[in-house]
Amino acid sequence: MIAELGLAALWLSTALAALQMISGAMGIRDGAASPFAIYARPAAVVQAFLAVLSFFLLLYAFAVTDLSIKLVATNSHSAKPLIYKLTGTWGNHEGSMLLWVAVLALSGGLLAGLEHRLKEKTMSATLAVQGFVAIGFYSFLLLSSNPFERLPVPAIEGGGLNPLLQDIGLAIHPPTLYIGYVGLSVAFSLAMGALITRQVTPDFAKVLRPWVLGAWVFLTFGITAGSYWAYYELGWGGWWFWDPVENASLMPWLAATALLHSVSVLAARDALRTWTIMLGVLAFSMSMLGTFLVRSGVLTSVHSFAVDPERGSFILALLGLYIGGALVIFALRAGSISEGKRFSMTSREGALVFNNVMLSAILAIVLLGTLYPLLTEAFDVRVSVGPPYFNPAGAIFAIPMFVVMAIGPLLRWKDDKPARIQFELALVASIVIAIIALVAIFGDYNVLPVLGLALAVGLGVAALLPLRGRSLRRVPVATWGMVCAHFGIAVALFGMASESAFTTERLAAVAPGDAEEVGGWTVQLESIAPVAGPNWTAIEARVLASRGGGEPTILAPQSRNFWSPPQPTSESALITRWDGQLYVVIGDQAGTDESGNPRWQLRVWWKPFVTFIWYGGLLVAFGGILSIFGRVRVDLKRRNAAARGDVRREELDALNDSGPLPEPAE
Amino acid sequence: MKAKHQRMMLVIIALVAIVAAGLIAAWALRSQANYFYLPEQMSAEPPAVGQAVRLGGMVQVGSIETQADGVSVKFIVTGNEQSTIPVRYSGILPDLFVEGSGVVAEGSLGSDGVFEATNLLAKHDENYVPRELEGLEGHKGSDGYSETVAGLK
Repeated sequence: MIAELGLAALWLSTALAALQMISGAMGIRDGAASPFAIYARPAAVVQAFLAVLSFFLLLYAFAVTDLSIKLVATNSHSAKPLIYKLTGTWGNHEGSMLLWVAVLALSGGLLAGLEHRLKEKTMSATLAVQGFVAIGFYSFLLLSSNPFERLPVPAIEGGGLNPLLQDIGLAIHPPTLYIGYVGLSVAFSLAMGALITRQVTPDFAKVLRPWVLGAWVFLTFGITAGSYWAYYELGWGGWWFWDPVENASLMPWLAATALLHSVSVLAARDALRTWTIMLGVLAFSMSMLGTFLVRSGVLTSVHSFAVDPERGSFILALLGLYIGGALVIFALRAGSISEGKRFSMTSREGALVFNNVMLSAILAIVLLGTLYPLLTEAFDVRVSVGPPYFNPAGAIFAIPMFVVMAIGPLLRWKDDKPARIQFELALVASIVIAIIALVAIFGDYNVLPVLGLALAVGLGVAALLPLRGRSLRRVPVATWGMVCAHFGIAVALFGMASESAFTTERLAAVAPGDAEEVGGWTVQLESIAPVAGPNWTAIEARVLASRGGGEPTILAPQSRNFWSPPQPTSESALITRWDGQLYVVIGDQAGTDESGNPRWQLRVWWKPFVTFIWYGGLLVAFGGILSIFGRVRVDLKRRNAAARGDVRREELDALNDSGPLPEPAE
Repeated sequence: MKAKHQRMMLVIIALVAIVAAGLIAAWALRSQANYFYLPEQMSAEPPAVGQAVRLGGMVQVGSIETQADGVSVKFIVTGNEQSTIPVRYSGILPDLFVEGSGVVAEGSLGSDGVFEATNLLAKHDENYVPRELEGLEGHKGSDGYSETVAGLK
C-alpha cells in the first residue's frame, strides 16, 4: 500500500509539473490576464507536498524494512540500526534520485509560495522553466529508476548496505549536498525567467541572491561534511582525493561562488547582467553534470551504485536538452539585454570580475581533468588524473585569486585609486613575504604549501580589514557575513597548507607493549581484543597516546568485519587538539617479534591544524547564512517602509480629495 | 572608455583566461596523467624508471609475502597472459586486498624491475570494481552480491 501511494504521488507530481509548465508558459504571453496563468503557483506548491510525501513514504518503507519492495530488499537489512535503515534510503541509486527530485519540487514550491517580489510575467516564466526541468527528472525516475518497484515474492532478508556508508556521515552529506545541487535549479529557472521576459535588473538580482546564497551554503556544508567523512572513514588520512565524484561537487560550488559574487554586483551596481545569467546557467549545468557523472555509471566509485547505460544516456539527454535549450535562449536574448553600468578596473567590481574569471578558469581545469580520463577511454587509453595535475594547475589561478580576494573588499565601487589603500596593501604584502621567508628559512617544504600558509595568514588579516575604522555595532549583518566567509577561506587554506607541509607519519608492526614516536606523541599499543557490534565483529586495539610525557589518552581503532554484505572496513581513531589531530589506524596481524609475541600493523599520523580545513568550511557556510539573514531583513524592512509609505500617501490623497489639508499641529 | 569597448574588453579578458586554463590543462594532462598498464603491457614496453603509472591485474595466488619489518609486502600481479610483475608495497593493505583478486597499484617501476607501489586500490565493496579491472579474466566482483539477491529478480 505504502509503495503504491508513493508511486501515485510521484505520477501526480509529474502531472502537476506539466500543469505548472503550461500555465507558466501561458502567463509569459498574457501576464496575469490569462485565465490559465493562475495555476502555476498552486501547482508548484502541491507538487512540492506530493514529492516530499513520496520521499517520506519510501523513508517509512526503509524504516520498517518492507522486503516486498525491491529497492529495500536489495539495499537494506532488518538487523541494521534504525538510523542506518533511514539513511540507507538515499544510499542507493533510486532512493537518492527520489531525494533529488523531492528537493527539486520542494525548492520550486518554496519559490512559488514565498516569492512575491518579482513581476508576474517573470514569475510565470520562472515557474514554467522550473516545471520543465522537473518533468525531465520525474520521467527519469519513473521510467528508468522506479524506487517503489515491488517484488513478485517478498524477500526473506535484505542485501544490506555498504558498510562504508553505515555512518552518521550518510545522514548529513548527501542531503545537504543535494539541497545545494538542486537549489541551484531555482537560480537557473530565475535566470531563464528573467532572460525570457527581459527583466535582468537589480531587483531581479535581489530576488536571486538569497536562493544562490542558500544553495551555496548547503553546498559548502555538504562538501565540508563529505570531506571530513572520507577523512575518518576511509582510513587513508587524506581529506580530498580529487576523485571525479568529489570534483562533481566542487564544480557547482565554484560556479555558485562566482555566481553569488556576480549577483551582488548586479544588485548593488546594475553591472554584469549577461555574465550573471551565464553563470546561472553554468552553475546548474555543473549540478546536472555532477549528477550525470555520479549516477550514470561512467565513473565507478563508492558513490556510483549501479552501472546501467540506459540511465546514463537518459541523464545525458536531459543534460543536453536543458543546457542546450538554455544556451539557445541565451543566444537569442543576450543581445537585447542592454549594457549595465560601467566601472574601472581598479574598483570593487573590477576585483570581483577578476575573481569570477579566475573561478571559471579553476572550474575549467577541474572539468577538463575530470573528463579527460573518460575521453581517452573512448580511444582505449586508460589514464588516471590525480593531485600532480590538479594541485599545480589549480594553483596557477587560485593564487592570483587569493591575492585579489584580499584586496577587493577594501576597494570602493565604480572607481578607486590604489594609493588610497596603500597602508592595507603594504601590511598584507609584508605579512605574506615575512611568512614565506620564515618558513623557507626554518624548513624545507614544497612551494605550494609554503605559498598557501603565507597567503592564508595574509588573507586572514585582510579579511578583517574591511571592519577597520568602523563602529562594529553599525556594520551591516551582510558585511559580517562576507568578513566571516572570507576569513573562513583563509582558515581552511591554512589547514590545507599546514596539513600538507607538516604532517608526520609512522608505520610499524608493533607487539602489545611496544611504543612508537610521531610528531611529539608517544603511541603505545596496549592490547588487542575482539569486539562485536549489531552487524559486525571487529578486532579492537587499545592504544595509549601521550604528548610530551603528559597524561595518556586511550584510543580504540578497529578493524571491522561486517557480515551483511560481508566486507571488512577499518575504523580510525582520532585525538583532536586545538593544533591538530592524531590519527591512528590498526592493520593486519604481521608475524611475531623476536620473543614470539604477535605483532600488529599500526599506522599513525600527526596532522597539525588539519581540523582548520573543516572549521574554515563551517565558517564559510556560516558567513553565507549571516549574509542571507542580513539581506532578507534589510529587504523586508525596506518593503515594510515602502508599504507604510503607500498607505500614508493614499490617506493623504483621500484627505486631499475631501477638502483642503488642515495645518499640522505643531 | 565607451560602454561597448568595456564589454568587449571583459569578454576578451575572460576568453583569454579560459583559453589559458584550457591550454594549461591540456599541457599538464599530457605530462601528469598516470597511464594505466596491464602486466603484459608493462613487460612488453616498460615505462621509464620512476615515471608515475598505474599497474592493474590479479594478485597471484600464494604470492603475497610479508617482509620482516611487518609492514612491507611483496606480491606478484598477473594479467590475462603469462606475464607477471613483482610489486613491493609498504603500508596497511586495503581491506579487500586478497590473493586471486584484482588490484590497481599506483607507483613507479624501480630499476631492479620491481614495481614500487605507493598506493594500492582494491575493490571498495562487493559491487564496486576499479574501472581498470573491468573485463579482466578471473575477476568475479559481484558473485557474493548476486547470490544474496538471487531470486529477487
